[in-house]
Amino acid sequence: MFSERRNLRAWLLMLPLLAVMIAVIGWPLADTVRLSLTDARLVGTGGQFVGFENFAKMFSSRNFQSAFRTTLSFTFYSVSTEMVVGVLVALLLNQRFYGRTLLRALMILPWALPTVVNATLWRLIYNPEYGALNAALTQFGLIDAYRSWLGLPGSAMAALIVADVWKNFPLVALIALAALQSVPNEIRAAAISDGANVWRRFRYVTLPYLMGPLMVALVLRTIEAFKVFDLIWIMTRGGPANSTRTLSILVYQEAFAFQRAGSGASLALIVTLMITVLAVAYLKIMRSFAGGGK
Amino acid sequence: MERQSRTFSVFVHVMALLVALIILAPLAWLFIMSISSNADLSAKPLHWWPEHFDLSRYVTLLSRQENSAGAAFLASLFNSLKVASMATLAALGVGIPAGWAASRNPRLGWSLGLVVGTYMLPPVALSVPLYLILAKFGLLNKVFGLALVYLSILAPFVTWLLKSGFDPIPRELEQAASMDGARLDQLLRIVILPLALPVIATALIFAFLLAWDEFFYALLFTSTQDAKTLPVAIADLAGGRVSDYGLIATAGVLAALPPVAIGILMQRALISGLTNGGVKG
Repeated sequence: MFSERRNLRAWLLMLPLLAVMIAVIGWPLADTVRLSLTDARLVGTGGQFVGFENFAKMFSSRNFQSAFRTTLSFTFYSVSTEMVVGVLVALLLNQRFYGRTLLRALMILPWALPTVVNATLWRLIYNPEYGALNAALTQFGLIDAYRSWLGLPGSAMAALIVADVWKNFPLVALIALAALQSVPNEIRAAAISDGANVWRRFRYVTLPYLMGPLMVALVLRTIEAFKVFDLIWIMTRGGPANSTRTLSILVYQEAFAFQRAGSGASLALIVTLMITVLAVAYLKIMRSFAGGGK
Repeated sequence: MERQSRTFSVFVHVMALLVALIILAPLAWLFIMSISSNADLSAKPLHWWPEHFDLSRYVTLLSRQENSAGAAFLASLFNSLKVASMATLAALGVGIPAGWAASRNPRLGWSLGLVVGTYMLPPVALSVPLYLILAKFGLLNKVFGLALVYLSILAPFVTWLLKSGFDPIPRELEQAASMDGARLDQLLRIVILPLALPVIATALIFAFLLAWDEFFYALLFTSTQDAKTLPVAIADLAGGRVSDYGLIATAGVLAALPPVAIGILMQRALISGLTNGGVKG
């Protein structure tokens, strides 16, 4: 009796959330599935059922394949750089030096800066005529003429990755630092007195403590990077010559610029599926770390 | 601890200086651009420090003259405030009871899975139907409509954060209170909320920042000063034909001010939130 009442009460408390989730997530998601099987347009009526035609077309389209590769390379280079730089900076922040508290505090700044402001700021820095990067490199004699960093397919992607890494490595560093601080001093001291060198101490004492939190950071950053839209939209809009057009940008173009709701929905579902696969794979890896023990 | 060698200590200090420089230089440049005259900004070689401070753009953006850049900017600032506050309050409204229920009833643990699942969903997966729904109910380009859409991000996020914050609050307190005959609302108000207040405050701040930062839905679902938020207004400035780079930088400084101020003031709470749950990316 009592537990039944408790159960009912719990459900009642969940109800508003469930209603909201159904209205703004569940229903739209189901509708995306329905739309993906039609040739519906964004404006206007109806749309005919076309089965899996949208998916078939999408998989064979060159735009999709190139956007997929672009997304993978953006995700891979951004996230791996963020992880490596983040861990190195965390190791630094764990040392003793003057101004350590201040530097730790500074780490919050890039994280707090709105993504749109970050993208705008870097766009200004890369400006081909008046940008600070051109000015600095010319004044140091590293380049002879101003360049259009975001205007050339060869450099646009790298420029985006730098902007993304600058904003996100501090978060990884903070997560890694918290993990480093959880390594008990006695264990470290014991390793030192056993004569373990710096590398072995990192590998066998520090790394096991770092691994769990770093995996979480890796999962979150990978999913975020795979979904990237705002940074790219503001800095390059997917250009030049579509060299920075990621999957999210492609969905936007398909569904909203070209108003092809049906095929846009099918593409959105493909992206969702890919992220799900990524997340499940990561969860498996994380579990194996947790199960493997320290 | 081992004694550090002198060379190592010098190395650490040099690297620390380098990291500080890498973090501060772009931010400092954003601010310098906002107070430099156009002549300084377009000079070659570039003037890294203005000849005299030019605060005119701050005046421009914060003036309410009709049809000015300032009016548009202020309108988007207020829209952002409204959307973020509405969505945050609504998310807390549904998230506090749900988070508490999920925390006290392990059988509702699947809600956690649901939450992680929706976090992974790319906004593009919902964008087309959301557009159609908003259009149908006349909520496109409305502050209320956008706030409603933001619930799809904030509600699951806030619930998850609150649940993990409620977990450590001992159950015995509630049991004691209900034995004393406290009703559910009294239980929540007198026992739970005071203990949970820090968690709720953290959730509120994260949710507000998330909404303040959001760009994709705002770009899709707002189009005029009636509902356009700050990120969209800044993107318009940055992507438009505006050649006053200082003005763009000024808008950026002003938009960054609230979250950066919160970041600095709430540092400890934010960092522990970020590193424990690994919440916002």
